[in-house]
Amino acid sequence: MGEGTGTPAVELRGVSRQFRRRRTSLLTPAPVVDAVRDVSVTVARGERFGIVGESGSGKSTLLRLVSGLDQPTAGEILVEGRPVHDQPARRLGWLRETLQLVFQDPMSSLDPRMRVRDIVAEPLVAQGRHDNRERVHELLEAVGMSAEAADRYPHQFSGGQRQRISVARALAPGPDILVADEPVSALDVSVRAQVLNLIDEVVDGFDLTLIFVSHDLSVVRHVCDRVAVMRRGEFVEVAPTEQLWNDPQHPYTQQLLAAVPDLHGALAGRTARDLAADVARRGQDGAGTG
Amino acid sequence: MSEVGRAWGRRLNPSLVVGGVLVTAIVVLALVSYVWTPWPPMRVLPVEAYQTPNAEHWLGTDRFRRDVFTQILVGARTTLYVGLVAVGVAAVVGVPLGILAAMSPGWLGQVVMRTNDVLLAFPALLLAIMFAALYGGSTRVAMIAIGIATIPAFARITRSGALGVMKSEYVVAARAAGRSPLAIAWRHVLPNVAGLVIVQASVSFAIAILAEAALAYLGLGTPTGQASWGRMLYEAQTTLRSAPHLALVPGAAIALSVLGFNLFGDGLRDWLDPRLERR
Amino acid sequence: MPDRTVLRVDGLDVHAGSTPLLQDVSFAIDRGERVGLIGESGSGKSLTALSVMGLLPEGLGATGDVRLAARTPAEHNLLALGERALARMRGDGMSMVFQEPMTALNPTMRVGAQVAEVMLLHRTRSRRAARERAVELLEQVGLPDPAHVARAYPHELSGGQRQRVVLAIALANDPALLICDEPTTALDVTVQATVLDLVVRGVEARQAALLFITHDLGVVATVCERVLVMYGGRIVEAGPVQDVFGDPRHRYTQGLVAASDLSGADGRRERARLPTIPGSVPPAGRFPAGCVFRTRCAHATDVCATPPPWTPRGEHPAGATAYGYACFHPAGGEEDG
Repeated sequence: MGEGTGTPAVELRGVSRQFRRRRTSLLTPAPVVDAVRDVSVTVARGERFGIVGESGSGKSTLLRLVSGLDQPTAGEILVEGRPVHDQPARRLGWLRETLQLVFQDPMSSLDPRMRVRDIVAEPLVAQGRHDNRERVHELLEAVGMSAEAADRYPHQFSGGQRQRISVARALAPGPDILVADEPVSALDVSVRAQVLNLIDEVVDGFDLTLIFVSHDLSVVRHVCDRVAVMRRGEFVEVAPTEQLWNDPQHPYTQQLLAAVPDLHGALAGRTARDLAADVARRGQDGAGTG
Repeated sequence: MSEVGRAWGRRLNPSLVVGGVLVTAIVVLALVSYVWTPWPPMRVLPVEAYQTPNAEHWLGTDRFRRDVFTQILVGARTTLYVGLVAVGVAAVVGVPLGILAAMSPGWLGQVVMRTNDVLLAFPALLLAIMFAALYGGSTRVAMIAIGIATIPAFARITRSGALGVMKSEYVVAARAAGRSPLAIAWRHVLPNVAGLVIVQASVSFAIAILAEAALAYLGLGTPTGQASWGRMLYEAQTTLRSAPHLALVPGAAIALSVLGFNLFGDGLRDWLDPRLERR
Repeated sequence: MPDRTVLRVDGLDVHAGSTPLLQDVSFAIDRGERVGLIGESGSGKSLTALSVMGLLPEGLGATGDVRLAARTPAEHNLLALGERALARMRGDGMSMVFQEPMTALNPTMRVGAQVAEVMLLHRTRSRRAARERAVELLEQVGLPDPAHVARAYPHELSGGQRQRVVLAIALANDPALLICDEPTTALDVTVQATVLDLVVRGVEARQAALLFITHDLGVVATVCERVLVMYGGRIVEAGPVQDVFGDPRHRYTQGLVAASDLSGADGRRERARLPTIPGSVPPAGRFPAGCVFRTRCAHATDVCATPPPWTPRGEHPAGATAYGYACFHPAGGEEDG
């Protein structure tokens, strides 16, 4: 926080990540997959940055790179001006206090054999802080849960409540950056709005920078100021949210926007046939340029 | 609070109760044998051989004029000892190896598992017979051999469970929280593979009991003059027709203890799982 | 049962032991009609489909009346039929597309053989004709080079392609009723658009009745003409998509529509707090007596402790259960005081 506001929260310079697939033959070398290809972007402090992409677009890999859970094969990643890309995990202690994650599946991201108290306190214990009773209660309260929740197990809560616990854990070390990987994709519609409101609240209340990944354009639109559209490991378009929606430049972005079966559109008479035809048309356009 | 401590308050399942009763019975038999036996153990008595069960000798006497019930009591010690040594050796070495293999993506994990595969291909009894030939036949040598031969089973099952746990998001979350690999292994991986390990332990315990019986039956393992259910079975084979109770009694004891440990393991796994807690 | 009715479900109850999972589910679907069944997890929408198909998991019991007019008229209550009789109907008179296209296909069988199998099974075609028809069906679901795809194994296809194969299998015997259970939830949005289109085309071409299950309001509104809203194992509201989503009566429907609307009716984006439904969906069997929604409803009063009666909202060819709601304090209209 002491640094000038000029330092961006997150900066990526030509980041690539290749994976070697399992060999399929003893004679040919293992095939190489480009999960992330030459991605450069700057996320300012306090910004809400969204990444949209379909499965296999590389958005989750990119998140892991930014979070220091994986290392790029090329390029640089700076978080608050400090390098993350070439550091081994044991030298990223500072990053764990700066940047925290919320995951997609609130069941599998909470250890079923740990009590909520220990789950929320985990980032603190990792920093060597052990008497966390008060802090855990504070955090649970901040996400709208009672202190009694601390003594229970994850399976005793509904999906929405578990996602609240997940947010509480992320807030524990007092991070500046919150990274959310499809945080509402596994939730029921009636609960999704609650969790989106909660994320909105904590980002505002704790002055966080938000990086929000989703396959759902309408969710990203609601949450983010600026959006990157990702396909096959690349950012095909980056633009302020409203601009992207009203005037998408890249054919793939246009295709994605056209494909969403939106309630208002459907009530206005847009059928499945229209939807598919739109997607197909944009797809053909996209094949030419993309 | 320990995992066991938390588990109180959960419903006891039938496997756990039946298995627990059988296992407790064996432990009680073994403990009682230290302070009291109806007749002096392993002693040739001035009584008639081949007695069928009667008031003096509850389960009869064998051809060496020894009291069968006394031998069953003392033999329970051997059974427990055998299981504990074999499972202890296998679990203490196998579980950490399995976790190590799962948590090291590179060559180290590969080396551990390939070595494991080689060991797995080696029959446990053969190893025990080799050890008996090298170091002389004793219960301990036989059981260490059985234990070593069971290491791969533990390593394998631990690794497969641990691989699943390592893929889970809560481990990624722990890494993102800054937890060290050792802390992750201890706090996340081990508790979540404990169920698998417990089941494997109970199966191995039963296998070890059977292996001891088999080795004793072959005349390897537990030497003459020491009480063992397997040894009793071995000695009863020549009189199977004339005095079937001499084989039936230790046979039933072995069968019940094997059943007991298997049920107990299954029951314990479910009982320790917080997800199965009554809400 | 009128001639045009394909499926009629009357007073369907499903329970696990003493825990009720579905209560008094009643609806009908006409020939060529596309009906959506919408609900959140635990609402009982998948159980409804499984009851109709006779595929309820072990330990669940169903009572009520389910009738299907397919090749034979609706003489039998499906719930009373034996497994053999049901098996003859599945894949023939009625068929189903599941959410996960990978597990719905046999990984060790070529795709074409799996499509042909369902025709051979019901003896609707000879071996040779079935094989030819399989390639035709694969072409109908928009798979490029269908002859080549027919020889592929499921793992060689993408998720979207697999779901098309599953759809081809479901349509192979020209069923009178097609049930789709979240068929596009596991797919990417661009692929989803195509699959939805194929589902609609497939049932239109056959004048089949469609029961389309999903949690996504936009998908239902795109695919279906009529929708059933389910919550807590009951149908709480039903009617034409326009009316149910555009002007909902039941308070749950109202909350659901509001909570799922992230963009606003005019497409304008605001970062206002989203309207929410308080609390969370209770686990199955833990819904309150009376109105199942009353514990989360801001309008609930004492009267809601008794089960709200079905209030018809208008005439509908598919009957009284097709258009109405079950709420004591409905939203919208003149009743809202």
